[in-house]
Amino acid sequence: MDQTQSFWQFVEQQSGKLWSQTWAHIGLTMISLIIAILVAVPIGILIARRKKLAGVVLGFAGVLQTIPSIALLGVLIPFLGIGPKPAILALFLYALLPVIRNTYTGITEVNPGVIDAARGMGMDSWQILTKVELPLAFPVLMAGIRTATVINVGVATLAAYIAAGGLGEFIFGGIALNNSNMILAGAIPAALLAIVLDFLLSLVQKINLKSIRLTYVVLPFIFISLSSFYLLPTQIGGRLLGGFTPEFMGREDGYLGLKRVYKLGIETVVISDAVMYKAAFEHELDVISGYSTDGRLKAYDLVTLKDDQHIFPPYYAAPVIRQDILIKHPELEGILNQLSGFINDSTMTALNYKVDQLKESPEKVAMDFMVAHHLYKPVRKATSGTVRIGSKIFGEQYVLAQMYKILIRGNSNLDVETKTGLGGTKICFDALTNNQIDFYPEYTGTAFLVLLKPDKKTIGTLSADKNGVYDYVSKEFNTQFKLKWLKPIGFNNAYALMMRREQAQSLHIETITDLTKHLNQN
Amino acid sequence: MIKAENLVKKFGSSTAVNDISFEVKEGENLILLGTSGCGKTTTLRMINRLIEPDEGTVYINGTDIRKNEPEILRRGIGYVLQNHGLFPHYTVAENIAIVPKLLKWKKEDIRKRADELFSKLNLDPALAEKFPEALSGGQQQRVGLVRSLMVNPPLLLMDEPFGALDNVTRTAIRKEFRQLDELVKKTIIMVTHDVQEAFELGDRICLMDKGKIKQMGTPAELLFNPANEFVTKFFEEQRLQLELKSVFMEDLFPGFPKGKTVTVWDQMNNLLHREGHSIEQGPTVNYAEDLKTLMTAFAAYKKI
Repeated sequence: MDQTQSFWQFVEQQSGKLWSQTWAHIGLTMISLIIAILVAVPIGILIARRKKLAGVVLGFAGVLQTIPSIALLGVLIPFLGIGPKPAILALFLYALLPVIRNTYTGITEVNPGVIDAARGMGMDSWQILTKVELPLAFPVLMAGIRTATVINVGVATLAAYIAAGGLGEFIFGGIALNNSNMILAGAIPAALLAIVLDFLLSLVQKINLKSIRLTYVVLPFIFISLSSFYLLPTQIGGRLLGGFTPEFMGREDGYLGLKRVYKLGIETVVISDAVMYKAAFEHELDVISGYSTDGRLKAYDLVTLKDDQHIFPPYYAAPVIRQDILIKHPELEGILNQLSGFINDSTMTALNYKVDQLKESPEKVAMDFMVAHHLYKPVRKATSGTVRIGSKIFGEQYVLAQMYKILIRGNSNLDVETKTGLGGTKICFDALTNNQIDFYPEYTGTAFLVLLKPDKKTIGTLSADKNGVYDYVSKEFNTQFKLKWLKPIGFNNAYALMMRREQAQSLHIETITDLTKHLNQN
Repeated sequence: MIKAENLVKKFGSSTAVNDISFEVKEGENLILLGTSGCGKTTTLRMINRLIEPDEGTVYINGTDIRKNEPEILRRGIGYVLQNHGLFPHYTVAENIAIVPKLLKWKKEDIRKRADELFSKLNLDPALAEKFPEALSGGQQQRVGLVRSLMVNPPLLLMDEPFGALDNVTRTAIRKEFRQLDELVKKTIIMVTHDVQEAFELGDRICLMDKGKIKQMGTPAELLFNPANEFVTKFFEEQRLQLELKSVFMEDLFPGFPKGKTVTVWDQMNNLLHREGHSIEQGPTVNYAEDLKTLMTAFAAYKKI
């Protein structure tokens, strides 16, 4: 929307947020690192003493390292909820391996002749450890800590997915909003942080441990540990808590609109949509920003709040197709329009529920639906060419792509190639305009706000108008990109605020206005 | 002073030391000699409990060494290793202060003792502030020796102390070693595989093979009265040189001054290098005025 804004303007405008995110990032990194050091160094010493344990311990820490970070965070939510706790635990687990391994390597690589001399002179094992082994292993050990630090600065960006704050809020918000300034405002400080921390630790690495009294090491260590806790975002207590995706936080038809139009004053945390629904179900969050046809709505018994002041524009899904393929195969338009009118919001929610929660394959879900609604016809011989169907990378789009495949194979002599999982909107749209695919299902609101980016006045007049938006995008796509919008399928996958059913009922909240009133009363 | 009784040590299925007993008198130099794997190092390490024997006991001055903590025992025994074993992260001064500090010596006393030993071992005092890696091999080994002597322990255990040095340095340092007054009164048990070294430094030699003692006695006894075939064969290659080194001038010429410390080998060296000059012994020169006389006397001695 505001692409002309320079990076520095963005940073200046958001400096408050940038600082708080940076401090939170440092806090998360340092706390997890310090706990990891306190745990991993003794473990490393232990396995250097009992080499039989080394394989098992290093193997286990190695396995932890290979768990994808977002999966690890997801696994931790049922136990630790959302916020800094699971983030610190996950970061701690990632930091273990480098520190354990380098402690172990450092100690085992100490010249055995030196240890032998130390024992022979009458040093006891504690003296050998503190005066000989640890000082000699120190540079290697520190190298492990530096590795862990750099890893942690990187992984800590993911903390933004589970409401723990940090620079990931900007990075993931920027990616979702296609806003490079925002991405850089998160990524550059994160990179600088990694470099600066690594540099500071490289200075520590050069310290000759034996020439320094233990207190000079321990005191700063304690100081850093304690101050790190201070940097963490404070836990929010009390009233209702909203958890919104980074994308939603930055959108006019999202949190900004909620504040402007509804004057919604809810405390918020930033969280990934992958864990948001579950967090709401687990009572970690009360209000979330979801998609109205998401299968998890059904799975977690959530209800959507009515957008009574119409800030969320309609997101009706319809196939967007290249005009040249329609000229070549005019029959396609009729075939694809067959699906129109068969799927409303709750039908789509149920289909998504099957894919996302019951883990049925999109192919099966599509086939079952088509058979049940007598849209299925046996596959015909493919003689007159190939149509390429694209889809974005989530379940609903997979199902739609499969449905269109069934329709085309049953009603024409065309073959079908599906290119599913084309990332987000931008990737799909670029694939279409660059003639890599022939059509894909798009949403009117997305095309309107993300692809066309009309001026504020047009947005203001059209946002609440279902047909207005469809007509506008049809006309603009036709003239600007030579793309045609076919008939809407029927469901509206718009942004929506959601709450747990029982909570919404007990508080008598049905609309967003109700929510605002409730918040203002308390 | 030291008495080892029926020591046995097994590593897994192999027996490193198989029922060994010996005694070392106060002030004596005992050399544990043998090829690699004969059990000599294991035997040495059982004396300061770096290895605990499976069977048998070691007594020092009549006390079972297991009576005290091993650390306490070791602090009272000097220990010199083949690769000097200096702490690479400690300066020379710090390295040699390790044991005195464990025994809570005063700083001043440590410095005094260090200065004393430095001058005795011809070490440049400037080396004290250097790290071991900056020293030559010979210097490192001398520092290793200084470190073991700092608290003046009555007993010194040495595990191939000159093994890592080149030949020239080794010969030089061995010579110093023999002349060092600090070592004269000490009881020393030294492990080596070098026969020359054993004959030069040992009052008695304990020749070992496969965990057993083959023969124990003075160098001359081993050479001239070998107990078995193994002992004969072991010295065969260097027999002549060893014989020259193991026979003292006193044995050939009773009443020879310093006769108990000067070997025939030494005397030969003296004669060869001081050709045409009267040798140190002054008026007693007539005992061995030339090589011919010396060799004749030596040949006569051997025939006894």
